[in-house]
Amino acid sequence: MKIIIVGCGQVGRTLAKELIREGNDITVIDTSAEKIKAVTNSIDVMGIVGNGASHLTQAEANVNGADLLIAVTDSDELNLLCCIIAKKEGDCHTIARVRDHAYNKEANYLKDELGLAMVINPELEAAEDIARVLRFPAALAIEPFAKGRVELIKFKLPEDSELVGASVKDAIAKYKYDVLFCSAERGDEVFVTKGDFVFKAKDVISMIAPPRRAAAFLGKIGLKGVAVGSAIVVGGGEVTHYLCDICSKRGIKLKVIDNDRGVCEKLARDFSDVTVIHGDTAEQETLIEEGIEHTDAFLALTDNDEENIFLSLFAKERCEGKLVTKIDRLDFNDVIQHLELDTVVYPKNVTSSLILRFVRSLKGKAGSNMEALYPVVPGKVEAYEFLINDKTPIVGKRLCDLKLKDGVLIAAILRGRSVITPHGLDTVEVGDRVIIVSLVLGITGLDELLKK
Amino acid sequence: MNFKMIRYTLGIILKFEALFFLVPIITALCYGEHTSLSAFSATAGICLFLGYVMSCQKPRDMALRARDGFVIVSLSWIVLSLFGAVPFVLSGAIPNYVDALFETVSGFTTTGASIIDSSVLESLEHAVLIWRSFTHWVGGMGVLVFVMAILPLSGAQNMHIMRAESPGPDVSKLVPRVRRTAIILYIIYFALTLILFLLLLIDGVVASDAKNQMGVFDALCTAFGTAGTGGFGVKGDSIASYSPYVQIICTVFMLLFSINFNSYYLALRLKLRDAFNSEVRAFLLIVFVVIAAVTVNIFTSGTEGATTLGEAIRHSAFTVSSLISTTGFATLDFNLWPEFSKLLLVLIMFIGACAGSTGGGIKVSRIIILVKGMGRELGDLINPKRVKKITIDKKPVSSEVTRSVNAYIVTFFIIFAASMIFLAPDGGSNGLLTNFTAITACINNIGPGLDMVGPSGNFAFFSPFSKLVLIFDMLAGRLELFPMLILFAPATWKRK
Repeated sequence: MKIIIVGCGQVGRTLAKELIREGNDITVIDTSAEKIKAVTNSIDVMGIVGNGASHLTQAEANVNGADLLIAVTDSDELNLLCCIIAKKEGDCHTIARVRDHAYNKEANYLKDELGLAMVINPELEAAEDIARVLRFPAALAIEPFAKGRVELIKFKLPEDSELVGASVKDAIAKYKYDVLFCSAERGDEVFVTKGDFVFKAKDVISMIAPPRRAAAFLGKIGLKGVAVGSAIVVGGGEVTHYLCDICSKRGIKLKVIDNDRGVCEKLARDFSDVTVIHGDTAEQETLIEEGIEHTDAFLALTDNDEENIFLSLFAKERCEGKLVTKIDRLDFNDVIQHLELDTVVYPKNVTSSLILRFVRSLKGKAGSNMEALYPVVPGKVEAYEFLINDKTPIVGKRLCDLKLKDGVLIAAILRGRSVITPHGLDTVEVGDRVIIVSLVLGITGLDELLKK
Repeated sequence: MNFKMIRYTLGIILKFEALFFLVPIITALCYGEHTSLSAFSATAGICLFLGYVMSCQKPRDMALRARDGFVIVSLSWIVLSLFGAVPFVLSGAIPNYVDALFETVSGFTTTGASIIDSSVLESLEHAVLIWRSFTHWVGGMGVLVFVMAILPLSGAQNMHIMRAESPGPDVSKLVPRVRRTAIILYIIYFALTLILFLLLLIDGVVASDAKNQMGVFDALCTAFGTAGTGGFGVKGDSIASYSPYVQIICTVFMLLFSINFNSYYLALRLKLRDAFNSEVRAFLLIVFVVIAAVTVNIFTSGTEGATTLGEAIRHSAFTVSSLISTTGFATLDFNLWPEFSKLLLVLIMFIGACAGSTGGGIKVSRIIILVKGMGRELGDLINPKRVKKITIDKKPVSSEVTRSVNAYIVTFFIIFAASMIFLAPDGGSNGLLTNFTAITACINNIGPGLDMVGPSGNFAFFSPFSKLVLIFDMLAGRLELFPMLILFAPATWKRK
């Protein structure tokens, strides 16, 4: 597909890199010649220096022949304008990143009236991610599939767990819970967990199950599952704003600390039930005074990655509760992983995986509809949700008869109200939703998972 | 440095060289030339074997950094030339290896400077002659660009290679993928060469003089030489003995091949305004003015062979096109022309063709930037606080590009001066003009210069050391200086 990306920031570059890997032709537009040069030096894309909202620049990028324009500049308004013009000039699909909460409630209006295919709000998505782990703090990350009926839960196996040393087969036999283990990360290695896989302490395990079943199972193996009742949030940016909105509905008590008087006043005005503290977040005393040692959860959500990491490291020493760290820059991912910061949220990763899913579903129109895509381990393992229709090649066959590629796992079948953990004799029927975990990346349709 | 990747790429290059040898091998088979056949087949065999050994193991880390790209390009050209020279020695056409290397480098870099005496030339076997011309065609658009168009190499960082091999201050892609850009460029190149070849074949129909009419072989070699803006011919007197029709066709196509290939792509997509950009306009203006001036000069001074106005226009147009496109074909010995014409010809040798063409020289776009930079500097003296940006086609030229153009010019003349010094031991007998124009002709990839290296002379009389200096100049000129210089920077080879 021919795709134009406006804006060469973190997200623009990550997207270009991922989309190139999946065989698309990318043209990037940015006003900064230096940024364009840096991108074209490292990625096989065409770069154009100019204002992406100018129709002449878009014409230079050949918007008429493009299938999709993605606007991810820093400015919401510019992004929307880019999309409107691209729609008029080239009649292509358009995606805009819109972050300001003032527009948030109007996302549907924007989509319908301006003809946008998708409006992405990474901060909102990040806030929802955080809210999910607050509900179930034992998990590192929770990704809902099929509107939340099953969840992909990532957790780290504690050293004293009964599961350590057991194989997948043993675990299923012993606990008799219908959960499906998908993958395990051990250091830099990633495994798709087949029956004879043996768990070790500190493995990061991904598992798919309906929420209640998952909670019960994790309780058994020694991970506590009590929802967070109160949390300290440092930083009052957009993510915090959305999070306050979600938490006040759920009755989670938040205490937000920020350096900036204006930000504090705004939050206090919008959310009367949130305790807002105006204080220096870099001071240990402030944090201790506000009760970091006794809180259920500590969320570092400032706009500064380094500050977030330091705050979380400090909180790790002082508090027993759940830790959440927001990281915006993706460059030092590996190092951050080694710090063992509990849950780390990457709003920018959220943006690119949403767009990737959209691009793949555009490509793989016939046969199967991809409903969701989630990078379980970015760049190594992906999880997909497909809606099965009568054109899907695997309809009606028993799973044991399917010749799946290596490293592909059918993780769950959702039929009507029931969630089936698949076994060899199960079949896939029209109308089912199928969740698949795979080491084979860049899938656009179910047929690509079968051996040729 | 990614040494494994360099080894791997050089292996691929050798395999491609074996493929290129098929052209002279087939020619040798057609004409039944046994010495050439065995010489070319043996070398092809060696290349194939070495290439296979070097590239059988694919490196795990395929990533190329900017300097890897430069080193790969310059080493590829050197390796290509080292092996390309072997058949000349084996077949006995050029017994001395340094001479053979000079001839091959001159071919690949599309220079066309020869060490073969024009009287011997026509007695050489066809396979040798076509290999000389074919190296022009291969070198014209770039060997690695060709490899890139055919093989899906690592992908992203190929831009480093393309940038190092393509002539001009700034390389832009035509389409988002490097590989498809390379394919498009080669399609345009191939199509233009084919049209030229067919037009030259028609000569057989129109030519009245049966002796000098173009056969398939001559047409093919001339087409290769013109397309790559090289200049090796198959006749001792270059293009002079062919019909005026052939000379006019060559004039037109030498100019066509010295225009930025991006323009053809844009023209095909009906973006005529973009295709006919200021570089192309400036190029055509220079060509027109110089042709007019030279025509008047040689016509009024009654130069031999240009006694009628028609002849004067034809010869001056041919010579100017030949030299500004850095081809180096000749119809008349311009060494015998008046001083004013010779001066103009030497000047346009330095200007050269458009960026992104097959021609050499400093490039018109660089000249434009330099002249505009000069204007800006002058303006700054008059209004010291004025803020002004250099623009081309209403687009601002980044200060990085102007900086690199300035650095290029400085480097160009430093290499030039150093070469003059290295050639000085030879200079006592040759004279300053010979040495000066010999370096000019090599570093700008033209071929013939003036005086002893004029169209009727050759480069055979230089000492082996001088020849090596000129070989370096040719490679440096073709690869835009820095890829060759980077080989000599110690920091390039350090792992840390």
